[in-house]
Amino acid sequence: MPELNQLQKKILEEVADLHKVPEGAYNIRSDSKSVGRRSTENIEIVPKTDVSGLDIRIRPGTKNESVHIPVILTESGLRETVYNDFYIGEGADVLIVAGCGIDNCGNQDSEHDGIHRFFVERGASVRYVEKHYGQGDGRGKRILNPVTEVTLADGASMEMEMVQIKGVDDTDRRTVAKLGAGAKLVVRERLMTHGEQRALSTYDVELNGKGATADVVSRSVAKDDSLQRFDAKITGNAECRGHTECDSIIMDRGRILAVPALEANDVDAALVHEAAIGKIAGAQLIKLMTLGLTEREAEEQIVNGFLS
Amino acid sequence: MLEIKNVSFSVSENDGDKEILRDVSLTVPARKLLVITGPNGGGKSTLAKLIAGIERPTAGSIFFDGEDITDLNITERARAGIAFAFQHPVRFKGIRVLDLLRLATGKNASVAEACEMLSQVGLCAKEYINREVNDSLSGGELKRIEIATVIARGAKLSVFDEPEAGIDLWSFQNLIKVFRKMRNEIRDSSIIIISHQERILRIADEIVVLKDGRVDRRGTPDELFPNLCDAASVSAPCRMAEED
Repeated sequence: MPELNQLQKKILEEVADLHKVPEGAYNIRSDSKSVGRRSTENIEIVPKTDVSGLDIRIRPGTKNESVHIPVILTESGLRETVYNDFYIGEGADVLIVAGCGIDNCGNQDSEHDGIHRFFVERGASVRYVEKHYGQGDGRGKRILNPVTEVTLADGASMEMEMVQIKGVDDTDRRTVAKLGAGAKLVVRERLMTHGEQRALSTYDVELNGKGATADVVSRSVAKDDSLQRFDAKITGNAECRGHTECDSIIMDRGRILAVPALEANDVDAALVHEAAIGKIAGAQLIKLMTLGLTEREAEEQIVNGFLS
Repeated sequence: MLEIKNVSFSVSENDGDKEILRDVSLTVPARKLLVITGPNGGGKSTLAKLIAGIERPTAGSIFFDGEDITDLNITERARAGIAFAFQHPVRFKGIRVLDLLRLATGKNASVAEACEMLSQVGLCAKEYINREVNDSLSGGELKRIEIATVIARGAKLSVFDEPEAGIDLWSFQNLIKVFRKMRNEIRDSSIIIISHQERILRIADEIVVLKDGRVDRRGTPDELFPNLCDAASVSAPCRMAEED
């Protein structure tokens, strides 16, 4: 049972909704060290020997089990790259909760780059939740550059919930997915940037098998002087269905760039892209103000609802 | 309760100022249901917006419970006890019907309480409480939710801007019941409804006809109805009455 201090506990709550040590398999990484790890009968977590990171193996047929692998950074100036590989056995159905929280009170930049690879075998199903969070009033930046590679075998499915609501100064997220026949990928990204933050999010999804489907949806809010870029590409190489959507609220002096890209290499590939960027509608503010909210409270409700 | 004194409102257009309301004076006493009617473009919706603070008069003043509220903003007027139902309700991505009702009541209303509010406007609460107030709702559903948010506020003065607009005939029957019930339970509050509908005009304590930005005439339904349809000033209620 790991001993966690208040700061570690606070960050764990933010990134993984954890109030105590999670049930099931877990690895808690704090300032480049594992401060707690547990494998279960069906889920094995083994540290890599060549690079920093973990191999996580989930037995075929494992149902209703979960893996938590939160990361905490509290030392200013710490920069790390971590390689985690997930092998999800045939027919398994699991929840994987990742996430990284950085507390930087110092003047040097702190950075965590998580390189996650998922190998989801035939008919297996994964729900993946990844939350990014930053805090601390130092001048050092909080930087997260995650790379996620997903390989879905025939009939496998993965639902990814990617959330970054507060405090991360700079992020360059890259997600690559390759789908086999009948495989299904659902991505729900929620992003809020403020101050002078920058967030780039790039998706490259290949639908390679008959009946593969992908639905990549990003909802984002850019406040203050922040900058966002949502770059989503879906390639249809077979009879398949793909949909990407970027729905953004822009505020203050924020900037948002949406870059849609669809590539159809099969006559039966059906691909759709939607993108909308706009400020909060005046009528929405007025409606909430007629309920007694101030303009600022109304704005907060609209943004919170939009990102919920 | 509400006193509108010599209120005028104009907007700038390419060829000069256009006057929407001209020197309108009106009193709405406590415990009364007032229906404002009149031809399109007569200034009804503008008057409702001036009461809620969404627009400000170019001249004149508005008093509420004896206090001059002319310079109060929308939030301050809402907190003073004025509720407003939009003619065209707003949609919100991600905000649920339950959230909106909770914001309206200003407290963390229970699901049971919120369901009760929805039932009042004829919506089967279970189906709606967790739905987002977004494009998936029909115009009629949205309108009834809008009315529910105003009822939920329990305000001293509730203003409804054309509640019948965009509502089907079936829902309209329910709507009449809702307003009748509100009228019966009015206590010390007041209600203003902007409407073209004869059946809403019939339940008014007083009807005000607004035409060309002025109060054309006012009176009880019994006083006004014999001439309401004859006068060219109000054609809409008569047309709808015939359709009923």
